[in-house]
Amino acid sequence: MSDKPRKFKGGVHPNDSKALSAHKPIQEAPLLDSYKVIMHQNIGAPPELLVKKGDEVKKGTLLAKAGGFVSVPLHSPTSGTIKMIDKVPGPTGISVPCIEIAADGEDEWDSPFEPITDWKTTDPVELRQRVWDAGVVGMGGAAFPSHVKLSPPDDKKIDMLILNGAECEPYLTADHRLMLENAKEVVIGGSILARILGLESCVIGVENNKPDAVEMLKKAAANHSVHVQDLPVNYPQGAEKQLIYAITGREVPVGALPMDIGCVVQNVASAAAVYEAVVNGRPSIDRITTVTGKPLVDPGNWKFRIGTPISKALELAGGITEQPAKLLLGGPMMGIAQSSLDVTTMKNTSGILLIAQDEVSQYTSEPCIRCGRCVDCCPMQILPATISQAVENHRFDWAEQLNVMACIECGSCSYSCPSHRPLNQQFKRAKVEIRAGLRKKG
Amino acid sequence: MDSLIAIISVGVIGTVLGVVIGIVAKVFAVDVDERIEQVEEMLPGANCGGCGFAGCADFAKGVVAEKATPAQCPVCSREDVVAISDYLGIAAEEKEKMVALVRCSGDIPNTQRSLYNGVRDCQSAVLVAGGAKGCDYGCLGFGSCAEACPFGAIEMRAGLAIVHKDLCVGCENCVAACPKELIKMVPAAATTHVYCNSPEKGAAKRKVCQTACIACRKCVKASGEEDYMEIDGFLIRSNYENPPSADLVEAAACPTTALRVDTEHAKGAYGGEA
Amino acid sequence: MSDETPKINLPDPTQLVVSNSPHMRDKPTINVIMFWVVGAMLPGCIAAVLFFGLAALKVLLISTLSCVIAEEAWNKAMKRPSTWRDGSAILSGILLGMNLNAGAPWWICMLGGILAMILGKQLYGGLGFNPFNPVLVARVGLLIGFPGIMTTWDKPDLGNMAIDGITAATPLGLAPGETLLQDMLLGNVGGCLGETSALALIVGGAILIWKKLIKWEVPLAFVGTVFMITGAMHLVNPEAYHSPFVHVLSGGLLLGAFFMATDMVTSPMTHKGAWIFGFGCGLITSLIRLWGSYPEGVSFAILFMNALTPLIDRGTIRKPFGFVAPAKGEA
Repeated sequence: MSDKPRKFKGGVHPNDSKALSAHKPIQEAPLLDSYKVIMHQNIGAPPELLVKKGDEVKKGTLLAKAGGFVSVPLHSPTSGTIKMIDKVPGPTGISVPCIEIAADGEDEWDSPFEPITDWKTTDPVELRQRVWDAGVVGMGGAAFPSHVKLSPPDDKKIDMLILNGAECEPYLTADHRLMLENAKEVVIGGSILARILGLESCVIGVENNKPDAVEMLKKAAANHSVHVQDLPVNYPQGAEKQLIYAITGREVPVGALPMDIGCVVQNVASAAAVYEAVVNGRPSIDRITTVTGKPLVDPGNWKFRIGTPISKALELAGGITEQPAKLLLGGPMMGIAQSSLDVTTMKNTSGILLIAQDEVSQYTSEPCIRCGRCVDCCPMQILPATISQAVENHRFDWAEQLNVMACIECGSCSYSCPSHRPLNQQFKRAKVEIRAGLRKKG
Repeated sequence: MDSLIAIISVGVIGTVLGVVIGIVAKVFAVDVDERIEQVEEMLPGANCGGCGFAGCADFAKGVVAEKATPAQCPVCSREDVVAISDYLGIAAEEKEKMVALVRCSGDIPNTQRSLYNGVRDCQSAVLVAGGAKGCDYGCLGFGSCAEACPFGAIEMRAGLAIVHKDLCVGCENCVAACPKELIKMVPAAATTHVYCNSPEKGAAKRKVCQTACIACRKCVKASGEEDYMEIDGFLIRSNYENPPSADLVEAAACPTTALRVDTEHAKGAYGGEA
Repeated sequence: MSDETPKINLPDPTQLVVSNSPHMRDKPTINVIMFWVVGAMLPGCIAAVLFFGLAALKVLLISTLSCVIAEEAWNKAMKRPSTWRDGSAILSGILLGMNLNAGAPWWICMLGGILAMILGKQLYGGLGFNPFNPVLVARVGLLIGFPGIMTTWDKPDLGNMAIDGITAATPLGLAPGETLLQDMLLGNVGGCLGETSALALIVGGAILIWKKLIKWEVPLAFVGTVFMITGAMHLVNPEAYHSPFVHVLSGGLLLGAFFMATDMVTSPMTHKGAWIFGFGCGLITSLIRLWGSYPEGVSFAILFMNALTPLIDRGTIRKPFGFVAPAKGEA
């Protein structure tokens, strides 16, 4: 299990650019006057609003309860009053509902639950319920409710828990600093997750461009049955399927989930959030975010509460030295470009990245010269160039035959394309059309 | 001598094959209702799919089989419908002509947008930041509707889709093409519309679009006793049961010019070319 | 607030570019790739000029110019944007020159350029859309149209820069046993510009493979297959058939294997496909050389395999990561 990691086929090697912030310790963001907490912060159903305008809340008060099994509750990041239920630009560009909280400056805690000190002997079902109650989601970026991953159906035997500390995206160093400074929380969080799944141990996968984090984790893991596996640097090593393959050699079948081959993957930040929920009895209301980029005065790693406006985050980083070409939430390979500074941070905002004018490269409609670079680098081993041709001709049936649904949208193909073709966007479009077609049929 | 043999042999082969084809054509002939061909001749032949069938030939089959009525064809003029109905001996249906309405007046100069870079069609653009336009409900301007229109009735001007009413036959291909579900079918007789689709609050809308409907209700007041306008939250619409005439535009003096006559759709807020 | 608090500037949101991920790109663009291939061709071009004099330079320049002008003339006539800056016309021009002999008259070079660019590329929609290698379309077109001129080879004269040369036969045209391998390796043999210095071409090919600009499977399969088939025939009957080394080092084989068959647009995208493509080229080249009426089969072989490329691509679609074969008995 923890012997030499396997290399997955494909992948690209973009410039790391982590030096801008890798050595900067985590800073706690100062308390703001107001927070606009976006309601729907998870994959699945949005939570159901419980508070209304004028309500008094404390730090940790339940603002909205889970709207179903695949949904998580939302808690207040500070104490104050509900100013209004409003709309704010969301990360995908569309305005989304948010809860605006006017902070009273006291920042008083009132968590809905108590710490579980004896988690080693507590019923795993109770621990899992705690993970749900605390609103823990996948903090690598996907924001999938963590408790759902921890509740596999009875016929799926889980024998492997992997913590994802790869952080393969360039520029991002949030997980790196977390593993360095809060290694104990990650390790204990991992042990709690292992207990929930009925396992004895877990593996933390870390790319070996973070040797100090590997060392720190190994030290923290000394008295726990947690193995630390260093992995070769290859984007997208942190992608779930590639990570599982590297550590276990198992391939997640097309269209299936990791649990179908006995694996569960959780981000290290999610593990730390589980620690916070179980050991400290506190809900998920903040996370570490890397604010970085060449146009920034002072890149760094910050602990932001949910609902912090991006404009504030950029201010804390000292503002800009030049107008950036793009503002991204996330990393440069899979991050989402923003058109407004009023977007607020969520539980899965791992990075706020400014791309400089001279770094950015524009998409064109230049023809495909069939060089095959995309084919070589695709980690899912599909044929990006051919699928692109199918999409341009609106042949979504052909695109489906070519397995476009297996695409993980990692962006490696568009990264390597010398014709700067918008491959990733074309595949997204194909997937939307195919899913719509499937819904029409059934 | 050789050429004579060649001519005779080819001639004989040709004749024999001709006879065989003739016999086969008669023996294996498919019984086709001759009315189908006749109806197909009388149809406009645009193959636009507006009837819901797979082309005019399919529609003709459907009409003769009484699975459809001639009035279902949006391209047919009233005379065509009467002619086909008479030929088949059925009553000619009355059908109101519907045309497409792009309910947005937010062209590029009037709206807040970011610089978009990527695939230049609306369905792909909407996947990226909702199309990089400040208003979540408005026209993105990349022309997927114009491309989908088989009659060339939609023109893109300054990032806004303008429907040429005289060319629109009501086949509804554009309605399916728009990812914002912005295009609605309205009676061709209606001339005056509110060119806004956003249900957001007036102040929020105005921030991102100069020509948004801010629901000030001046047009409702100017209608007086008549119920020309419908109120739907922060959005006003023409009441298509009792649509307003062009006179209302002057009477209401809409402060954002969201209320326009359709021939003036392309006019910018501050007096651009119509 | 102290007066020294620096002003904090925030980005202007209306100037932000919004696009789909990824937001950074690897360095190679089309020009970079094209110019690296041109660079890999340089040893071959220099060798050609050394052996054939300035006549070779003239041929190369006219071919290149003709390709660029033909492409741009077409673009203008069709009201399409200018494309010569992507470097593909320049590369085609140089390759075309390398496929002609030093004594080729200027109008042959010009005609070749027009055939290559218009008939071979622009008619199909430009770069990326052509099914056949444009340079080979031109070469075969000229070969069939002007066989006399195209099969008259000049005698190499190392260092002599004079424009007019003396004609001589190519190694493949001579009887077996009459050729010197050393001459062929260095380039002291007759033939078209690209058929001479094997060493220069091998160096060029090595650069291409090192820079990952071509699929190494294609030249390996191509040359390997020719070697094995001609080697087998040579063993059977050394009097009638040339040694496989002669075959490998002569004719347009090395030029074809490294620079023509590996043209990205017209060769398969998958690695399995590249093996099949290379093997097919090698097989057909050997058949034409050994038993066909042309002494040189590389051009035809590559064009034939170009036609099969879409089929090869379809047939070698690999299974995606995590593919599970449906169990027996299932639909």
